[in-house]
Amino acid sequence: MRFLIPLGIFFVLVIFLGIGLKLNPREVPSPLIGKPAPHFQLAQLHTPEQTFSPEQMKGKVWLLNVWASWCVSCRAEHPVLNEFARRGQVEIIGLNYKDEPADARQWLAQLGNPYTISVMDTEGMAGLDWGVYGVPETFVIDKKGLVRFKLTGPVDPNNLQTEIMPLLQTLNGEAG
Amino acid sequence: MKILFLVMLLFSQWALATIEIYEFPDPVHEQRYRALTEELRCLVCQNQNIADSHAELAQDLRRKVYEMINAGQSDDQIVQFMIDRYGDFVLYRPPLNPKTMILWLAPVLTVAAGLFGFWFLLKRRRQSDQQPSDADLQRIRDLLKKSDNQ
Repeated sequence: MRFLIPLGIFFVLVIFLGIGLKLNPREVPSPLIGKPAPHFQLAQLHTPEQTFSPEQMKGKVWLLNVWASWCVSCRAEHPVLNEFARRGQVEIIGLNYKDEPADARQWLAQLGNPYTISVMDTEGMAGLDWGVYGVPETFVIDKKGLVRFKLTGPVDPNNLQTEIMPLLQTLNGEAG
Repeated sequence: MKILFLVMLLFSQWALATIEIYEFPDPVHEQRYRALTEELRCLVCQNQNIADSHAELAQDLRRKVYEMINAGQSDDQIVQFMIDRYGDFVLYRPPLNPKTMILWLAPVLTVAAGLFGFWFLLKRRRQSDQQPSDADLQRIRDLLKKSDNQ
């Protein structure tokens, strides 16, 4: 009977520590979810004389993928994005974050370009408005221009299949 | 060993170079800048504030704080700006709201539970002190009787 209390405390501790191990401290919930996509107007990577801003995508469900040629994990997710873009289900806009435009263009020429448009955020100020803290990041924006989902870290076949695709399906069904 | 030290010395200026120097028109601004950057958490290195961190994001956030102070924004406005983008997580001192309730109450509850346990233990001990068992009472009476007879 005496050892029951310490034993109970032990198990409670084990359970909490177990939960703690499973949590990912890198995953900071985005306060942008459900809010309008932050505005930016930036020059396009391939045609710098033209600009792009999120307002142009009103009425469409789209992805904003934050990437950079210096980012190692971006290289890992790139084939997945290429494959996904080939299916043509959704437009992917690239936010080229704190990059050298020449490096970025070369990177896309080498590895393939999944983006409808990429914009240059050389100073990282648009990234700041979007709460970017770890490249790559991917946002899903709905027809009304609201941010509905954020993924910090690379897109992989697993989270694409289980999280992004089902969400796109529901969002496409919503009224614009 | 000496060579290693020299090599390290050679590279040390790079480390220094990442801390940028901002000039403030008056000391109050500088004080506010210092206080704000110490209160804001760097999201890349999570256990550092943006004043201490060398991460690029921390540099950007420091610059933003600097610009906002110079633009005449209040501390609250600057903090709100950061929360809007990065969530409550950027604050080293999280606000009291339903989500963070357990965070704020846990220490109080733990101390309360400890005090209660302590009080409970004391009470039980005192009770057992004050009321000797019947057998003990009998023994005491016997002993007293014995000493009376002697």
